[in-house]
Amino acid sequence: MTIGLGHYLSVAAILFTLGIFGIFLNRKNVIIILMSIELILLAVNINLVAFSVFLGDLVGQVYALIVLTVAAAEAAIGLAILVAYYRNRGSIAVEDVNLMKG
Amino acid sequence: MIISAIFFYLFAGVCIASAIMVIAARNPVHSVLFLILTFVNAAGLFVLMGAEFLAMILIVVYVGAVAVLFLFVVMMLDVDFAELRHGLLNYLPMGFVVGTALLAELLFVVGAWLIAPGIPKVVTAPIAAAGDVSNTQALGLVLYTRYVYFFEAAGVILLVAMVGAIVMTLQHKPDVKRQRIAEQVARRRSSAIEIVKVRSGQGLP
Repeated sequence: MTIGLGHYLSVAAILFTLGIFGIFLNRKNVIIILMSIELILLAVNINLVAFSVFLGDLVGQVYALIVLTVAAAEAAIGLAILVAYYRNRGSIAVEDVNLMKG
Repeated sequence: MIISAIFFYLFAGVCIASAIMVIAARNPVHSVLFLILTFVNAAGLFVLMGAEFLAMILIVVYVGAVAVLFLFVVMMLDVDFAELRHGLLNYLPMGFVVGTALLAELLFVVGAWLIAPGIPKVVTAPIAAAGDVSNTQALGLVLYTRYVYFFEAAGVILLVAMVGAIVMTLQHKPDVKRQRIAEQVARRRSSAIEIVKVRSGQGLP
């Protein structure tokens, strides 16, 4: 009963799918959509670290660090846009985001 | 070996269960708390794999910064979340089809996947044997030498994100008193004090 690369990749695949599913399930709530994106990025990180460890190459962990940075920046910018939008419209429903439809 | 397998299934099971709760919880505050649980268990998986530094960074960055930011925004915005959940089940069949197809594809890829025999020869930064250097030290030796430009690019990304977030959320209210440093620095004696001759017995008008 040894835990191999496939086990970690399966966990990452399930997490990735849950993130995609969360975007479909909570189509109106931007905050949950942002959290689903965080789940997707976490799945990608698990994949990178698993390949890095099982192939014996440290570059995967360096790349996971960069992905972590981008995820943190994305969360900060996304929530800032959300707060600015809420100040203007008083709502965060995705259907109301149609100002630029022309 | 059996212990590590038990801990793998513990971490993976709690990770997936709390990820389900993130997207299914009624209250967004509960969603954020389950997101924290997911990240802590993913950090446990990283420790099991031997990537301790990334595990600690995951806890510090996600639990300490990103999740608290989410919690702050969820609690600050006065939104009727029950109204947002209205019509939730309309997209359930579509999402279920897409999710199932994606998961099946990913699991097929994982199941039929093989490492090419030439790959171990082209490893760019091999992981040293356990006990030689720690994971943190090895990562630093690679990150600050060969990948230093990536490291600096990450710093610039964080700086741009910080500036962008401040620019988007900062607002100036006209009736709030603020410190104006230029006026303070440009102050002269003539504008600051005034000498008034006061006659005795009369006082100031």
